[in-house]
Amino acid sequence: MPAAAGAVGMKPAAFRYVAPADIDEAVAVLAEHGGDAKVLAGGQSLIPLMNMRMSRPTALVDVCRIASLSGVSANGGLTIGAATRQASVAASPLVADAWPVLTEALSHVGHPATRSRGTFGGSIAHADPSAEIPAVLLALGGEVVAKGPGGERVIPADDLFIAHFTTDLAEDEVLTEVRLPRREPGVVSVFSEVVRRRGDFALVGVVAVAQMDDDKRVRSSRIVLFGVGEVPFRASGVEDLIRGQQLDDSIVAEAARHAAQEIDPIPDVQGSVEYRRELAADRVGLALRQLTTQEGVPA
Amino acid sequence: MSNVAPVSDGSQDLRVIRVVVNGETHTGMAESRTLLSDFLRHELGLTGTHVGCEQGVCGSCTVLVDGELCRSCLTFAAQVEGSRIETVEGIADGDELHPIQRAFQDNHGLQCGFCTPGMLITTRALIESNPDPSEAEIREHLSGNVCRCTGYAGIVAAVQQAAREIASADGGGA
Repeated sequence: MPAAAGAVGMKPAAFRYVAPADIDEAVAVLAEHGGDAKVLAGGQSLIPLMNMRMSRPTALVDVCRIASLSGVSANGGLTIGAATRQASVAASPLVADAWPVLTEALSHVGHPATRSRGTFGGSIAHADPSAEIPAVLLALGGEVVAKGPGGERVIPADDLFIAHFTTDLAEDEVLTEVRLPRREPGVVSVFSEVVRRRGDFALVGVVAVAQMDDDKRVRSSRIVLFGVGEVPFRASGVEDLIRGQQLDDSIVAEAARHAAQEIDPIPDVQGSVEYRRELAADRVGLALRQLTTQEGVPA
Repeated sequence: MSNVAPVSDGSQDLRVIRVVVNGETHTGMAESRTLLSDFLRHELGLTGTHVGCEQGVCGSCTVLVDGELCRSCLTFAAQVEGSRIETVEGIADGDELHPIQRAFQDNHGLQCGFCTPGMLITTRALIESNPDPSEAEIREHLSGNVCRCTGYAGIVAAVQQAAREIASADGGGA
């Protein structure tokens, strides 16, 4: 029987829907609801939680009608509006030119029908520890801009991810843009993940970014693993180990072993701690080997 | 679950939603929390869009919103106010099956038919953006649509046939 109008057949709990025309109004509505409101962007993570009533905000502030929150621009680095659809970022020639590793990663985010709605900033603010976009942001050393009642502030990716689904963003702040640095000469990058089915969240994934010297030694790197704990994880032990080294077989093997021990995976139905450690070693080894086969932009 | 829901008859929160579905303007009433899938089915009576998992996993409820693929169970009706929506009802030309539908029939691309509306819409979007998709591209594009009957081989064959027929009807290879 079709449900009658009203509460019958409704999946999410009732809430107030607001679609402000600008960011200041969005911030004002969030502040008015004192932490019980949520920002609605593409809704591809939030609405499933609401359908299952695991999330019950009293108000949703739809930021997708705020034009200034969408778009990609290049200015040495990249500036990506927080509400830019993932599909638009994936199709952007500016992104493919500046950071092909991001274009590659985006092809693994969900499915065509979720990427066309899901937003770039939304995935970052949601902070799923198995998600690709937060890991890429961290590996590239990007930063985000948040606007709240007290004005704007910039949060480096290194300070953004606090815990499972928890960021440094305050409840009355709106993520407005994501900034990625310029790709320096000699910088190479690799994305790799293990999933059971295409489009799933990663069991384990890695984003490896390294600046190589002329003699193929690692000058500096940012190696980020995801799906291995509460937040996207910078494998600083691996970074220390490979600094100043050529990525030959023995260093790669040692780094892979190190990665497996450095992480603190959470066991679940998808994979045990031991299995995730094994996958982390495998992916870090693969990523480091692939780094050596890539050419950075010339100096 | 419903006994812990806030009591609401929706009367304080009803809004008029105006959308163009398959070229025809429709208006209906929706609460803030009314999903697009429920709005299409219950308010507009367009039950061709199927609702499977209601959490964005199965792809049955896929429609096009302003030409882009969209899971209608992961979208509130209020978000698409003023948009152009295409559903499975808009694919056939009267009683004449669309080449995509004919191809699914010819290739055993369906059995129970539950996933088929989402498959057809997703296939249509694929062929519009990529008129000659490889098998890998077809499998990647349809990866968000779950079918429990066919094993997918018939679906992939159907998409290949549909792409060929649409290309030749468009004079692509001529």
